[in-house]
Amino acid sequence: MSCEKATFTIKNGPSFEGKSFGADKSIAGEAVFTTSLVGYPESMTDPSYRGQILVFTQPLIGNYGVPSTEERDEFNLLKYVESPHVNVVGIVVAEYAYEYSHWAAVESLASWCKREGVAAITGVDTREIVQYLREQGSSLGRITIGNDEPVEYVDPMNTHLVEQVSTNKPFHISGKNPSVNIALIDCGVKENIIRCLATRGANVTVFPFDFRIQDVVNDFDGIFLSNGPGNPEMCDITIANLKELLENPKFIDIPIFGICLGHQLLALASGAKTLKLKYGNRAHNIPAMDLTTGQCHITSQNHGYAVDPETLPKDQWKPYFVNLNDNSNEGMIHLTRPIFSTQFHPEAKGGPLDTAILFDKFFDNVAHYKFMQQSKRKLAAVHQLDLTVDKLSKERVLF
Amino acid sequence: MTSIYKSTEPSVSIFNTPSYNPQLVEGVDSVLIIGSGGLSIGQAGEFDYSGSQAIKALKESNKKTILINPNIATNQTSHSLADKIYYLPVTPEYITYIIERERPDAILLTFGGQTGLNCGVELDRTGILKKYNVKVLGTPIKTLITSEDRDLFANALKEINIPIANSIACATVDEALAAANSIKYPVIIRSAYALGGLGSGFANNDQELKQLSSQSLSLSPQILVERSMKGWKEVEYEVVRDRVGNCITVCNMENFDPLGVHTGDSIVFAPSQTLSDEEYHMLRSAAIKIIRHLGVIGECNVQYALQPDGLDYCVIEVNARLSRSSALASKATGYPLAYTAAKIALGYTLPELPNPITKTTVANFEPSLDYIVAKIPKWDLSKFQYVDRSIGSSMKSVGEVMAIGRNYEEAFQKALRQVDPSVLGFQGSDEFGDKLDDALAVPTDRRVLAIGQALIHENYTVDRVHDLTKIDKWFLFKCMNLVNMYKELEAVNSLDSLEKDLLQRAKKLGFSDKQIAVSISKNACTNVGELEVRKLRKSFGIVPFVKRIDTLAAEFPATTNYLYITYNATKNDVEFDDHGMLVLGSGVYRIGSSVEFDWCAVNTAKTLRDEGKKTIMINYNPETVSTDFDEVDRLYFEELSYERVMDIYELEQSEGCIISVGGQLPQNIALPLYENGCKILGTSPVDIDRAEDRHKFSSILDSINVGQPAWSELTSVDEAKVFADKVGYPVLIRPSYVLSGAAMSVVNNEDELKLKLTLASDVSPDHPVVMSKFIEGAQEIDVDAVAYNGKVLIHAISEHVENAGVHSGDASLILPPQNLSDKVKANLKEIADKVADAWHITGPFNMQIIKEGDKPLKVIECNIRASRSFPFVSKVLGKNFIEVAVRAFLGGDKVPEPVDLMLGKNYNYVAIKVPQFSFTRLAGADPFLGVEMASTGEVASFGKDILESYWTAMQSTMNFHVPLPGSGVLLGGDLSKEYLGQVASILAPLGYHLYTTNETTQKYIQDHVGANSPVNIIEFPRNDKRKLRELFQKYDIKSVFNLASKRAENTENLDYIMRRNAIDFAIPLFNEPQTALLFAKALSAKVAEKVNALASDKVIVPSEVRTWEEFVGFRAD
Repeated sequence: MSCEKATFTIKNGPSFEGKSFGADKSIAGEAVFTTSLVGYPESMTDPSYRGQILVFTQPLIGNYGVPSTEERDEFNLLKYVESPHVNVVGIVVAEYAYEYSHWAAVESLASWCKREGVAAITGVDTREIVQYLREQGSSLGRITIGNDEPVEYVDPMNTHLVEQVSTNKPFHISGKNPSVNIALIDCGVKENIIRCLATRGANVTVFPFDFRIQDVVNDFDGIFLSNGPGNPEMCDITIANLKELLENPKFIDIPIFGICLGHQLLALASGAKTLKLKYGNRAHNIPAMDLTTGQCHITSQNHGYAVDPETLPKDQWKPYFVNLNDNSNEGMIHLTRPIFSTQFHPEAKGGPLDTAILFDKFFDNVAHYKFMQQSKRKLAAVHQLDLTVDKLSKERVLF
Repeated sequence: MTSIYKSTEPSVSIFNTPSYNPQLVEGVDSVLIIGSGGLSIGQAGEFDYSGSQAIKALKESNKKTILINPNIATNQTSHSLADKIYYLPVTPEYITYIIERERPDAILLTFGGQTGLNCGVELDRTGILKKYNVKVLGTPIKTLITSEDRDLFANALKEINIPIANSIACATVDEALAAANSIKYPVIIRSAYALGGLGSGFANNDQELKQLSSQSLSLSPQILVERSMKGWKEVEYEVVRDRVGNCITVCNMENFDPLGVHTGDSIVFAPSQTLSDEEYHMLRSAAIKIIRHLGVIGECNVQYALQPDGLDYCVIEVNARLSRSSALASKATGYPLAYTAAKIALGYTLPELPNPITKTTVANFEPSLDYIVAKIPKWDLSKFQYVDRSIGSSMKSVGEVMAIGRNYEEAFQKALRQVDPSVLGFQGSDEFGDKLDDALAVPTDRRVLAIGQALIHENYTVDRVHDLTKIDKWFLFKCMNLVNMYKELEAVNSLDSLEKDLLQRAKKLGFSDKQIAVSISKNACTNVGELEVRKLRKSFGIVPFVKRIDTLAAEFPATTNYLYITYNATKNDVEFDDHGMLVLGSGVYRIGSSVEFDWCAVNTAKTLRDEGKKTIMINYNPETVSTDFDEVDRLYFEELSYERVMDIYELEQSEGCIISVGGQLPQNIALPLYENGCKILGTSPVDIDRAEDRHKFSSILDSINVGQPAWSELTSVDEAKVFADKVGYPVLIRPSYVLSGAAMSVVNNEDELKLKLTLASDVSPDHPVVMSKFIEGAQEIDVDAVAYNGKVLIHAISEHVENAGVHSGDASLILPPQNLSDKVKANLKEIADKVADAWHITGPFNMQIIKEGDKPLKVIECNIRASRSFPFVSKVLGKNFIEVAVRAFLGGDKVPEPVDLMLGKNYNYVAIKVPQFSFTRLAGADPFLGVEMASTGEVASFGKDILESYWTAMQSTMNFHVPLPGSGVLLGGDLSKEYLGQVASILAPLGYHLYTTNETTQKYIQDHVGANSPVNIIEFPRNDKRKLRELFQKYDIKSVFNLASKRAENTENLDYIMRRNAIDFAIPLFNEPQTALLFAKALSAKVAEKVNALASDKVIVPSEVRTWEEFVGFRAD
């Protein structure tokens, strides 16, 4: 175990010396922590973590190695990870498991980090780090390998992260016994979101984040707004597109479901405001109460921004879910239209599967819409973009 | 059946918002809580903890609580918790009497283990609950029945497509064979309604199955034959559901031992360590689906088998009640499961309850752990003769420990030391010889040592150990980190060359100072001591850090006082300005030390707090109340080793340390603590040592003219022979070095003496043996007392029912004494005064004294600490001895005036404490009472006289069914004394049919009972258990009296077979003359009344059904 020294430093804060087990590359980013107990491959490939240094409170990481990052399932979706590449720039763990054991593993976490150019540090007091991040709020950090010159701090929130993770061109995923067509706006979508749609019988066409979705509404039975990284206000084009969509009376019945960043974008398009949380919610154990029923769910979360529920236009929207830990907003639902969105991740991966029922709810909306639209469909305008399935890519197109 | 909960639909109601609007069950002012009774294997201290939490939760909601539990040593049976307490048998019969008397509005069935649950099902079946309109709070009876009946359960799971081990219910051996052949071997056998997997096991072929199923069917009317999945991972989830369907999983746990070893006998880690997100949540979702489908309202445990190389899984078991695992999960996460379950039972929903740790967030969340927890069971199998040491589907451990660390190695090594302080950490043992592969492949209580031996000393690879054990390689890789550290340390050949970095890394891997010292010494010229390592370590500035358990991995601020210590940190979570008083708890429960010391520790802390002192508890037993963080100002869930206690003492700059309320374990480190500057409260450890050292002890007794049996310390077999000849056999020998078997034994002749001193132990100048005259047929008396500066403040005198020679822990104690004259009582007090004075005692002490006719009293044992009987004497006399002891510790004006509760006092009640044995669990073990303790717990009951209290106490022991007139009684054992004959002549006129196994005994009995009562012979098949069982049934044998005078020499011995089968067939066994006689008298006095009561349509409440307060006459603490 001849590991090189590594140092994790919080801007204007303390330094922690440990050992490097990842790429031999010093990095900087926003330091955030997750209290999830399992799911490091899922978290690290989640595009929402783009540009961040992820601190795991679970002290033992790497135990079950890393599964194949290439193997695909029946939908041509990545079987074990949430996007083709690691999105965090670095990880901080208390103790890395140098030996792993799992039937699905093909390599160690260390070799994956090296392969993906991700800095990784072990042997630091992650509880102390978390306490600092909690008290100081969201902080910038960096990992310096060996005696490298430390890199400059960078705040990924100032960059257009969505642009980096969204598909460049539309792509198509064929569903299982497909009965509906869904358009998905990709701000950094997780594979399992697409899978949740496809397994329920949707053909999913995934569009780049800045695609004019309002132009293709008639081709689809429902619209899905994905998760993604960073400050929602950076996605002004998407917000503007959504605004047009929402305000067009022709589309008044189209079902929409948004998750995480998708929820925030929908809120902004509706005229509400978002705010940055002190240190965000990243965990698999967060209670959210359904305010329409009182039912509680344990949810998977990963966000630094939240919708300010006070700013929701009360004539159209009401809060759908509330976080029982910090009372932050966890979702909204339209008073009359088949539109709702959640801050948490019903698709999980990782995390609890309790709220997967929301996909069913969306599908109920979609089925109803499709039934009602059947007669009108022939009147729909023909648009210029060719969305013929055969001509679309079958996986996401990244730079 | 309609629900007692008005609404089962969720509503927006959160505890800290204006919308808070709980819909509680209406019309519930008083609640009857069913306790679990005596501690036994499979059902131990965890239910004191869960019951206590439930009572706290109910009291907080202003409910009147009525508790039934004969386990007098528990914390829950205190008036500071329950409003009314009945020390009565936890049986449907006695619960009915209490319901008739108290008319409770509701009942809680899920806090008293399997015993409580079984009673509830029975009370529902017989219509008692309906008749008295008693509401069952929490999980409905229907769900309890479904979860317990394997057939119903399998069907319920099938309805929701949750896989379950293919299982076929069988009522006969032939059915079982057919089932096994359709499922295919290997199969596992389980019996329904059995606690801790009793009557369960694996069978690889027809022959094994025949034997196992006939035994299982003797315990249960129905068994299940299932596919065996040996080698699969075993994973558990603790799930909570409220009345509106909100569900959380509070903790998951992964067994180190793969499927095949009962979870109670498995090494367990929390949270799971080798599961991916997909596996973790697949099983979590299934757990929630199950608990919703079953309709649990409260807490539930789901156990799974998980394929080690894929995503196949199946449910092994669901316990719809608080369990050992839920106690562990509570301590592992900080989430108070029992408390929450009790609140939910009242009708609260999860969002209506605050997280008791943070107070600001809701209980409706799932704890996140930023540490790892290891649980290791404690077995005490070496205390038993002929016991089968293998562990499998039926639980055998008597206790467990829990250790917390920031990595696997730290937690694992802490836990290994906690189980046995003589163990250094992960280590080997050369006991396996060339049988190491077998020791790895066949799980026994020693397997973890075999793994250590293989990896550390025999160069086995991880792959080889994995192939033999099927233990996941991740655990073994981690063990290899320890192996490598050993090698690094052993390469250091002096303390001077031990470098800071290596020492630091060793500490991070959980190596103790002593372990490091021993490792370095291996190749060093001079021996390195633990204290030298400690000194060097501190000079390097390597000290441990204190971290909090806060349920949420530091995500939100939480000022909990629930703490552990780690070297894998750089910052303390707490500040050290309290300077609180350290109280050392009992450590692991084992034979000889269990819940009674937890009661002592809890009451010590309580008194200290009442006196305005800050308190710090150290204990590592997850089954205890003392490790509930609301009992003390600070709780360190930590090792009770010199090193760790001193660490905490120094960090906290503690005011002082109390070492005499936790039993022998903390006592053992008193002297080193004292010698290194720790302030010990009470009797000086130097004086304590003068009592612990047998030689010093006996010399002092001689010097103060207190009698004792003739004794001598000897260093050779020849010397021993000379001494034995001089005082006459039998003699009691206590070797200082034991090779195998029991530490203490009675030797009846020269041959036995030679055998004992050459084969079983070593005798030499290095390993002297203390021998004393063993006095037979004498009466034994226990004196519990508290002194201050050598003056006795309070004392209690308890008579043993059994003759001297039965270990005091296995003895039945009568208090107040019934057969001692005032002169003898005064004499006993004099001895107590002399002993207190000679050892300068301040605090608790206990003595065992022998009374042989009118000869002078002789002291045979003295412990300068609180004894096992402290809660018993405190509760019976209504005076808390621990409170007196703590006031003595504090000294000055806190010290109460001396009081004599024995002489010249009249009590109109008697209480008897009787042992609870677990022989049923220990296949093969000879149920014989001797100088080594064998009981795992105790129960006590009150009565107006000896017969009434003994009658009730015996019924309070687990699964004791009073033999009714008309049934058969099997008699055997020692015919050289009159006891057996006396028993027979009391039983015969009551209408029992008497049987023996041979003509000699038949004649002996016939002579005693006279010609009018026939005594018949049953021909005993020695090796055919099935035949034997048929005979027991044919002759309706409902009790066995086998008064053997010594242990069986082999397993062919008829007396052994008679005793053992009484246990295997769940028939009351009396194996000691005085208790046999007393019970026969009790039958004579009480059984007719019982027969009448059982035959009556009305509920006739017998006179022993009175509360503790009613017996004692006031509300004692």
